[in-house]
Amino acid sequence: MNFRLGVDVGGTFTDLLLVDESSGQTYTAKVPSTPQDSSIGVLDGVNRICSDSDIDLTKVSQVMHGTTVATNAVLTGKGARVGLITTKGYRQVLQVARSFCPGGLGGWVSYIKAPLLAPLELTIEADERMDAQGNTVSALNEKNFKKDLKTLLDKNEIEALTICFINSYVNGAHEIRAREIAQEILGEIPISISSEVVPEMQEYERTETTVVNSYVRPQVSKYVNNLQSSLQEIMGNDVNLAILRSDGGLASGRAAAESPVNLLLSGPAGGVAGAMYFCRRGGFEDILTFDMGGTSTDVALIQNGEARVKRETRVGDVTVRAPAVDVRTVGAGGGSIAFVPELTKALRVGPESAGAEPGPAAYKKGGDKATVCDANVVLGYLPSDVKLGGAMQIDRDSSVAVVQNLADAMDIDLMAAAEGIIKIVNESMLGALRLVSVEQGYDPRDFALVGFGGAGPLHANSLGILTGAWPVIVPPGPGVLCAYGDATTEVRDEASQTYVKKVEDINLDEFLSELESLKTRASISFAKDGISEERQKVAYQADIRYAGQAFQLSLGISTDDLRENGLQVLTTEFDRQHEQLFTFAHGKDHEIVMLRAVVKAKNEGMADIQMAEDGASIADAVIQETKFYFEGEWYDATIFDRNKIGIGTEIPGPAIVQEMDSTTVILPKHEAKVDSVGNLLINPSN
Amino acid sequence: MTAKIIETNNTPFERVDVDTVTVDIIENALRNVREEMDAVLFRTAMSPGIREQGDCFPMVANREGKMVVGQFGSFIHGFLDAYDDEIKEGDIILTNDPYMCNAAVSHLPDWIILVPVFKDGRHLAWTAMFGHMSDNGGMVPGSIPIKAETIYQEGIRIPPTKLYKNGVLQEDILELILHNVRTSEWNRFDLNALVASCRTAAKRCIEIADRFGDEVFDTTMQIMLERNLQAMTAIINMIVPEEPAYFEDFICDDGVGKGPYKIACKMWREGTAERPLAIFDFSGTDPQAKSSINFYMNEEMFKMFFGSFTINLVDPQILFNDGFYDLVDVRIPQGSLLKPNFPAALSGRTHALGRIFDVMGGVLGQGAPDAMNAAGFSDSPHLFYSGYDKKGEWFQLFQIGFGGIPGRPIGDGPDGHSLWPGFTNVPNEFIEAYFPLRIVKYEPIVDSGGAGLHRGGNGLSVAYEFLAEGQIAIHDERWLTYPWGVNGGEPGMRSTKKLVRQDGSEEWLPAKCEGIDVMEGDILYFNTWGGGGWGDPFAREPGLVEHDYLRGLVSANGANRYGVVLNDKGKIDEDATEILRSKMKQERGDVELFNFGGTIEEIKARSVEETHLEPPVTP
Repeated sequence: MNFRLGVDVGGTFTDLLLVDESSGQTYTAKVPSTPQDSSIGVLDGVNRICSDSDIDLTKVSQVMHGTTVATNAVLTGKGARVGLITTKGYRQVLQVARSFCPGGLGGWVSYIKAPLLAPLELTIEADERMDAQGNTVSALNEKNFKKDLKTLLDKNEIEALTICFINSYVNGAHEIRAREIAQEILGEIPISISSEVVPEMQEYERTETTVVNSYVRPQVSKYVNNLQSSLQEIMGNDVNLAILRSDGGLASGRAAAESPVNLLLSGPAGGVAGAMYFCRRGGFEDILTFDMGGTSTDVALIQNGEARVKRETRVGDVTVRAPAVDVRTVGAGGGSIAFVPELTKALRVGPESAGAEPGPAAYKKGGDKATVCDANVVLGYLPSDVKLGGAMQIDRDSSVAVVQNLADAMDIDLMAAAEGIIKIVNESMLGALRLVSVEQGYDPRDFALVGFGGAGPLHANSLGILTGAWPVIVPPGPGVLCAYGDATTEVRDEASQTYVKKVEDINLDEFLSELESLKTRASISFAKDGISEERQKVAYQADIRYAGQAFQLSLGISTDDLRENGLQVLTTEFDRQHEQLFTFAHGKDHEIVMLRAVVKAKNEGMADIQMAEDGASIADAVIQETKFYFEGEWYDATIFDRNKIGIGTEIPGPAIVQEMDSTTVILPKHEAKVDSVGNLLINPSN
Repeated sequence: MTAKIIETNNTPFERVDVDTVTVDIIENALRNVREEMDAVLFRTAMSPGIREQGDCFPMVANREGKMVVGQFGSFIHGFLDAYDDEIKEGDIILTNDPYMCNAAVSHLPDWIILVPVFKDGRHLAWTAMFGHMSDNGGMVPGSIPIKAETIYQEGIRIPPTKLYKNGVLQEDILELILHNVRTSEWNRFDLNALVASCRTAAKRCIEIADRFGDEVFDTTMQIMLERNLQAMTAIINMIVPEEPAYFEDFICDDGVGKGPYKIACKMWREGTAERPLAIFDFSGTDPQAKSSINFYMNEEMFKMFFGSFTINLVDPQILFNDGFYDLVDVRIPQGSLLKPNFPAALSGRTHALGRIFDVMGGVLGQGAPDAMNAAGFSDSPHLFYSGYDKKGEWFQLFQIGFGGIPGRPIGDGPDGHSLWPGFTNVPNEFIEAYFPLRIVKYEPIVDSGGAGLHRGGNGLSVAYEFLAEGQIAIHDERWLTYPWGVNGGEPGMRSTKKLVRQDGSEEWLPAKCEGIDVMEGDILYFNTWGGGGWGDPFAREPGLVEHDYLRGLVSANGANRYGVVLNDKGKIDEDATEILRSKMKQERGDVELFNFGGTIEEIKARSVEETHLEPPVTP
């Protein structure tokens, strides 16, 4: 009997999920996170889950882990001291940062530029030049380079080194040579070169991406190595550690430590992967996910069971070229603060958040500003007199007091103000959902909406009404969904190459052999980690656009189709999608700008996870009666315990379904049903 | 209004009660509409100007043509006055002629698309967007001829014209227009993108009205305008004094030998606290130029500049709009640089447009010096490079220059950045892949930012090595007058352009020139200017000066401007610094509010020695 363990480290809690691979039986645990060294929390949790479930630790063969170590290093500015080597004339490539000042007209007045991740005082230039076709204009001046490198090293500050030369995306020879020299001089200090990390056009983006890789690398590799050896100590030497990438695939601990720039959105990707797991099994392949936490909400679109992957990852102010599930974030969460500016008397919600400290007023930890959570308490969606599991005590009077302040400022009554806050925050989330759907040419009504995260199930029904995306799905364990995602996703890696050729100038055979070599590159890490070729599944993509356009679409490539019908397979499909998105197509001047091979390997042999049980009567699940406020009226509602609701049970709204870390609201004229997987499916009543 | 809007449903819109929350939600939805307009345009446009540099501006206006969301204010009022025809559902209007739309766009390369939005036969709103086209025909590639003396020389003039009638593209007209420009395919695509963007916005307006009700939508737009009126009433009372404040700044030259041109502005407040009136009077501004540097300034656009710089003070999330226009009166003398007589040439208006922001900062700042910024990178200088590459194909590059953001109350100015919203540089690797150019150097110029408690941002030095024979044109500014410093801050360094020929000979190019032949191997050093400094440089923490030195942003000599002495290891010499600072403080005396680097006469007298160029003749 083998077990696998999913572990997700969040800001407040570390969630663990232990799955019996043969039966699909699960055990969960939630322990406090330990931000100073998150591996401590992970190991605490491992011990807890195994003692709770009475399972022998050595039976755990795989640990799958979503981590925010890389993300936090960037967000807190506590990454490595990175040295940078640029082409002569480009030392300040990060300082200029494409000259962009955010904000509207006058945005420059208040813009403060964040410190560079590779400081200028640790940046030197190398005398070398490649042209845009990959021909050497001038070779690397090795003598000067060695001298400058030694001076840089003598500062005794550098913990990681990045090399990024102009036009190295076409030909990385100078970077490779520079690395050879640097390795001799720098010894153990890890070196990242841009032509390997991200061989894509655009010097600023490529430099920044490679620098970020260096910036998080020492921390990530230390963390992964420590965790790996601690796990081996308690689980035996054959335990495998895998880390969730931003694109929703898994990487071995080894691969993750080498390219940590691919882990920046590991957290949100876990939630999306978890939602996909339960929805796919429930028969839903097209979904919009909606993960609402304390300070922000992440949304994503999944079509045909595949999450859209974008080529760009953004964390705080930092944007890098690395594949990530296309998650859009809005600064609206349960802790978002509502306020009324004096002059305009408008009601504004967020982006300021009360965070965990002082938190919403309802938690009585010193919060004195009205938050979205307080509005939910006032309206009765978060019942103040029910306490389950580890949930915090809720004080309705405190919430009423702070919401009343806003109501007075706007000269409206308390309940209208509370509903106003909820409506405005729902509208912000609708904005994010529109970004991933309507604005990409998708109709949300063709999708199901999946709500999870601490606050998602509270707002999911309302967002179903706003988007028309039915059913609204609340998967099992909406507060620990990331851990499910970690445990159920597949191994993934990819390789890409800037190509930049007009389609009419492309030779098909050469094109196909380019794809083949990308496949070889993408599967290097699989070979190193001992994943056989039979288990690998490759998919090819081309990024294509009209020559000169900034917009590009990633189209899947079938090599058989290409051999049979030629490259027009791609151009026809591009025209079709362009027309769908933007109401017009150009029909000529197609240009392929990037090729990519994505290799995946399924995790072998795991039974489906079992959640809800059959047969219990709905009456057994009743906790108590309550009332809540909706669209100007009070409704009587029943509170149910989700753990006692069996498969097939129907729950008519108005109702509230409680579980340890989450509360689902079922609005009047709606009803929920538990499907065979344990998902709550909410639909309008007939 | 001479234009007639034809509605098939004449039910009038009635004002209804709308609760605050609904207003806020619709406001949010309209904000999303505007962002989606930009997103659609950026993704579908083709020319690097729009695509990478973001030289384009969206708007949604209410039925009356008042901008509810957008950036540069509405021109629809002026357009409707000038347009003598019927407008029906399905029509889409195109124009580029400043003289025909009350300067809604201020030169011909900006093409503007206007879509009337109808719902159930009633006229509901307007959506509009303009974008800078790569070429508009006329005398020179890029269509910004310096030497043009009339607008007829600046390429095709498109009066307000129905590009679509009844939903049908007027192909004859489109082909006629595109036949007159050098980059017809880029323009065709960019125009498509503008239309797609406005149509998307129109669709969204209809969806919002569907969701909340047509009258609610219409009333809400009215309420949003009123919110701005309310907010700006308070702001004007707060920051515009009753006692007049005066400021003047200059355009260095007109490219044909005259300059500097003065832009003068006097500001004061009249009226009551409930209904104040802020007056901006540009009397004293120099007469229009013979060349194309005139900036035909739409009065409402200036109001918008004024409002957008100040409204953030009270509600940063407000959607800025036209609602406060009655509170501002802008007076511009006819026949001046800012309101030239038809048919004066206008294409090179960029410099005066940018300089307006320095003027506004200077006039507003006198009442609240601590909140005032120094003079910034108030322009978007251009380089044009065109010719035939080695394959015999025509190429035409339009590059915008970036420079030093000024020292500001909040801190140092960023180096080599843009003052324009959304502008970014075109990646050099992109340029090298698509044009016969190599960009040998791309870096901030050491010491070019004005010294101050908060340092001005450094200008940018870009070295272009030409790889094919061709011609270049340059449009630049602040080569003669200085980007001024404030509150004791020093002026920033001025701009220069040096052409180094392959044979090693050098020549200093004037700030505005065109038709310059270049050969393979020639290198142009295009150096933009730095931002002015803010506050007393001798009060700057010496550690910050040392840090700037280590970062290559300030030299050891440049550190002396802060009274900071660095030893040969680049470390602060504390004793020497103390001595130098007290000596320099004494020599300087009291801190002055503005530091212009001398009077115009003094600057002119030093011109040849300092800039290698003859001073222009006073206009």
